[in-house]
Amino acid sequence: MVNAASWVSHIEAFVDISRPAEQQKAGVNTVAGLVKNDFLTLEALVKEMELYLTTTDDTIRARGILYLAEVLICLLSKALDSFTISSLAGFFSSRLADWRSLRGALIGCLALLRRKSNVGMLADNDARTLAQSMLDNVQVQLLAMHDRKLCFEVFQCLLDAHSDSIASLGDDFVYGLIQAVDQEKDPRCLVLTFHLVQSLVKLFLSQLGSEHVAQDLFEVLSCYFPVYFTHKIADDFEVKREDLSDALMDAFCSTPYFEPFAIPLLLDKLSSSLPLAKIDSLKYLNKCLLNFGTERMLQHAQNIWFALKDVILNHLPQAEILSSSVSVLGGDIKYHEHKIATEALICLKTTILQFTCPNNVDFLTLIIDDNVVERSFCSVTMEGSYSDNDDKNYLKLSALGSILSVAANSSIFCCNRVFQDFFPRLMVALGIDLRTSKHSADAYVEIVSQKFNYGALYLSVELLASSRDLIATVLESSNSKDSLRGSWWHLIQEFSGPLTSAFKSALMIPNKITAEGGNSNYMQEIIICSVKGLEVLATYAGEHTPVPRKSFEDILEVFILIIISRYEDSFLWKLSLKSLVLIGSCIARFKDSNMQMIYNEIVVRRLVRLLHKDSILPLDLILEAISEIGTCTLDLISPVIQGLEEAMLSSFLQACVDESFKSSQDLVLFLDCYCTKILPWCHTSGSIEQPGMHFVINILEQMEDNIAFKMKPEMQDLLDKMMMTMKLVVRGCAENNQYIILEKAYNIMLASANLPSNALLVSSSILEGFQLIPDFCELSCKNKMLLYFLASIVTALHQQTPLTNVARLLKLLLVFTLKGHLPAAQALASVANKLPNAVILEETIELILDSFSSVLSNNHQNEPHMLNSNDGASMHFCSNLQINAVIGIAWFGKALLMRGHGRVKDISMVILKCLLSNKNIVPSSSHRQSGNFIGEDMHYLVARSAADAFHLLLSDSDVCLNKNFHAIIRPLYKQRFFSSMLPVLHSAIKECNSPRTKALLYRAFGHTISGMPLTVLVADAKKVLPLLLDSLSVLDSDILNKDLIYSLLLVLSGFLIDEKGKEDIIGYVHIVIDHLIKFLSYPHMMLVRETAIQCLTAITAFPYTRIYPLRTQVLGALAGAFDDKKRIVRQEAVKCCHAWASMASRSIRF
Amino acid sequence: MTQGLINANPVVHAKKERIARAEDTHAADAVDSLDVFDSVRDIRDPEHPYSLEQLSVLSEESITVDKKLGRIQITFTPTVQHCSMATVIGLCLRVKLLQSFPLHFKVDINVSPGSHADEESVNKQLNDKERVAAALENPSLRQLVDECLCSSEL
Repeated sequence: MVNAASWVSHIEAFVDISRPAEQQKAGVNTVAGLVKNDFLTLEALVKEMELYLTTTDDTIRARGILYLAEVLICLLSKALDSFTISSLAGFFSSRLADWRSLRGALIGCLALLRRKSNVGMLADNDARTLAQSMLDNVQVQLLAMHDRKLCFEVFQCLLDAHSDSIASLGDDFVYGLIQAVDQEKDPRCLVLTFHLVQSLVKLFLSQLGSEHVAQDLFEVLSCYFPVYFTHKIADDFEVKREDLSDALMDAFCSTPYFEPFAIPLLLDKLSSSLPLAKIDSLKYLNKCLLNFGTERMLQHAQNIWFALKDVILNHLPQAEILSSSVSVLGGDIKYHEHKIATEALICLKTTILQFTCPNNVDFLTLIIDDNVVERSFCSVTMEGSYSDNDDKNYLKLSALGSILSVAANSSIFCCNRVFQDFFPRLMVALGIDLRTSKHSADAYVEIVSQKFNYGALYLSVELLASSRDLIATVLESSNSKDSLRGSWWHLIQEFSGPLTSAFKSALMIPNKITAEGGNSNYMQEIIICSVKGLEVLATYAGEHTPVPRKSFEDILEVFILIIISRYEDSFLWKLSLKSLVLIGSCIARFKDSNMQMIYNEIVVRRLVRLLHKDSILPLDLILEAISEIGTCTLDLISPVIQGLEEAMLSSFLQACVDESFKSSQDLVLFLDCYCTKILPWCHTSGSIEQPGMHFVINILEQMEDNIAFKMKPEMQDLLDKMMMTMKLVVRGCAENNQYIILEKAYNIMLASANLPSNALLVSSSILEGFQLIPDFCELSCKNKMLLYFLASIVTALHQQTPLTNVARLLKLLLVFTLKGHLPAAQALASVANKLPNAVILEETIELILDSFSSVLSNNHQNEPHMLNSNDGASMHFCSNLQINAVIGIAWFGKALLMRGHGRVKDISMVILKCLLSNKNIVPSSSHRQSGNFIGEDMHYLVARSAADAFHLLLSDSDVCLNKNFHAIIRPLYKQRFFSSMLPVLHSAIKECNSPRTKALLYRAFGHTISGMPLTVLVADAKKVLPLLLDSLSVLDSDILNKDLIYSLLLVLSGFLIDEKGKEDIIGYVHIVIDHLIKFLSYPHMMLVRETAIQCLTAITAFPYTRIYPLRTQVLGALAGAFDDKKRIVRQEAVKCCHAWASMASRSIRF
Repeated sequence: MTQGLINANPVVHAKKERIARAEDTHAADAVDSLDVFDSVRDIRDPEHPYSLEQLSVLSEESITVDKKLGRIQITFTPTVQHCSMATVIGLCLRVKLLQSFPLHFKVDINVSPGSHADEESVNKQLNDKERVAAALENPSLRQLVDECLCSSEL
């Protein structure tokens, strides 16, 4: 027990309304905590609070009661004895009469009502007293919103937990509640009241059977229908219109006793012109149908059908039928129309399902024998009733189609009935006569080509599709298979042959007729319809298909023929491909092995065969078709992969051994398809084991066996694609398989290149190795390919994949890096990035760093063999070597930087030193003839590549060192590099006095900041901004720098837009404007000019006093930009000019 | 002024869809009539909250550009014969073109033949440099022009 003095202060704090809210809240929590942990009893608390609870001062009493209530809310999970609860209940119930402290009393009641039985809940007689007191004392309608909400919550709790004691109050409670909720308008309360009425209905109507209150209760609800929200921003109330509407719907449908009142109201509102009312009515009606029970609803059946028919016939949007002219559903009206139509169809289906059973066909007969339906059926199946301009018939057709397909889709029984009544008539309209067509399907073509009956075609396809969907849903929901087949099944079975040939012939004619012109839209509709018809016939669920095998084969034949021979008609070609894909995935869905076999035989084999021989179908289309079909299911992919890999291997050999140019072009297409479609699909589906591994191994083996490999320079693209494929394949393999591939490639490489054994010894220095390994101008291009493949494989390895002969491999890569083979440098970097072992890593870094620095330190004396007679050539050789070394070390540095290794600092210093070594050389024209100049120029090239190394370090590469190829990437590595390099670069630029070197330093700086996040740059704005502006002025003279200039301008524009950046840049604004004006006439790149103008526009947001003096200068410069040769620049200039001109006054003067 | 609108009930046409130009990265884009049309199509009518394009006062075909001679010729059709707003529309066009195209272009603005009761004098007024300058000095006229142009701001 704690001392009273310690907690009484909390009560005082709460009662005093002038105290801050946090203090009051803390007061409640502290005391509640004390009670919860048994340091204080509730009894003691109440006793201590006596004065606050009973004082005659209204404010203090209200606060006191509220305090007690708040504490009780915190104690919901604390066990209390029944006496305490009972006396508290008595207290709060009586306090309900005290309107001044009503808030506290309501919260207190709520706190007691919400208690669960395991911690002591309110007794029934107390609840009854409480309810009585609520009814007697609280005038809910008069209260403010928050209190009303509390009242409704109290009522809800009473109904939920104490229904027995409420029931004993009888009608008094019902009418008291009706009075309370009447005229409620706040959406937050309405959600509660709707739910309240629902609970009330459940208790008094469903359980007690007091039917006489139904009408009164419904009246309370009905005035809210349809929910109409004028308040646009839903967030204000945290209640959306949909929530409210759904709550009301639940209340509407809560009891069948509402039926006499609800259904007439809904049907009435359905004829309203307000789209929202229509949608809501349909939704409610649908739910009522499900909840009220068939018997009660049956009397309304006819009215419902008439209402629905009216809606469907008048509101089906055009978009549904004229699929060729589908306009994007924009605007509210279109959206609503669409929604109304869908809701109406859903409702129709529910109605049919509810009212129709084998014993009662009245409702279905109502639909089928309906005059309007019959009349529209006759008119839409009349020949020649369609033209492009006549939408009315299309609409009628689409409405009728949806009604019939919904009817047929409802159940097998309905399906039979609809098929019996309509299908034979449709066949007659289509001109299909069973007697003649049995003899010769081809005779049919003649009839069709004259005039196709579009209406009948459309309706039969709709019916077929609905029966197909019906089977699929029935199969998924139950296992009863015998009831599936009925008269519809036999009808389709009988007609499927002639129907197939009818659809087929429809697909064959269009070319002639469309060429004659006129009705092209109409013809397109016929094509869509026929393709869909064939597709539906082929996609019946597996063994339950009514379509015989022969027709199924015919259909596939038709599609594959279109794919192979009619590629000029791209519309039809695309449709057919889509259908084939759909059929393929449908077969996989129902797992029918028979169909699968046929499909494989007719479609997949045929397509794969196309890969090998020359066909009239262009290769890119073959690949599109084969990849689409292959990737639709797992069973189809393996023959496709196999075929593709064989084709690739053979064209690889043809391209590289026989030097066939066509094969190399084909191979590029193959590889594109393989990399972009097949491999990603295999990786995501994850069910094919090591896709592509055999292909890679096969390629390597072929290279081992064949000696003569040739590569023309124009095949570089092919080599890149091959390398990418290797990487993608290897990256998807497991570690052990990666190891196998790597071993293979490494051994073949060693054997084929015939490298001297001591060349790769660990002990020998790198430069010795360099001399021992011959250049590729002496080597065959086979070895180059092998090296590149090996490098690609190394690039894509996992971190955990073991490497054999790390040292030798590294040495090999290192040597070829120095010889200028970029893939080798990338592979080297990948290894350095992923080496898991710290010791080996340190050794490797040491080795590589030493080799590079020794090359870069420019000691030619060590290489006696290289410095032979011709001085110029050897200089050339050395500088090339150094440039290669710079690129190599840049990649290597990037690898270390990404994994966050400390040595990256040394590397950047080496690069910087290399850049600065150019310092003392001043180019002059007098040297132009002397041999010395060559050396200087070479030096400059080396230094420039060192400047560009910063670009390599910080840019993202998509060929290596990324997540795809399992690189280790520490977050924020760029930022870390930037903050360590900025001071170094800053001081280097300051100290440098050679303009050429300075330009290179600015270049390096530009690369460093161009990809950096703005926040980092803004944080260092004091240093970055002057350098940025200087580099803009230094770099603009050289055309080679244009991309860099562009990215620097982007950085500048970032500063201009950023709030913090603006503050920093404001001091330089006149310099910035000077620079930007200079870039308005930048001749080399349009983007630079455009961005410069955009920057100028952004500057207008700066403080007026700063920029106003510069206004005339800017406007004068912009006048020149009006004459720019690019339109975009001119438009930007007009905008910018407007912004600057209108800055001073409303009127614009020049 | 208490007089009513000159054309109280104009026919409103649909806006033509804006064509995104295919960008050729290398070639220069010369000024053409679509450029000019794009810059003036959104000018608001002085009387109605519709653009000149919607009221069919202007179309792409009514604009000709001669790049070599540096001439822009616009022929517009007032909605009614006796439209006293024709001069204001012409003035708006001139100011807009002045703002959007280099000064070396010579701009000719005319009403289309037979579309206006007082064709000759309107044409004369629109192409008289002095009178245009004088009109733009007039504050109320200037404000009207600026308001019409305002809606076309991008």
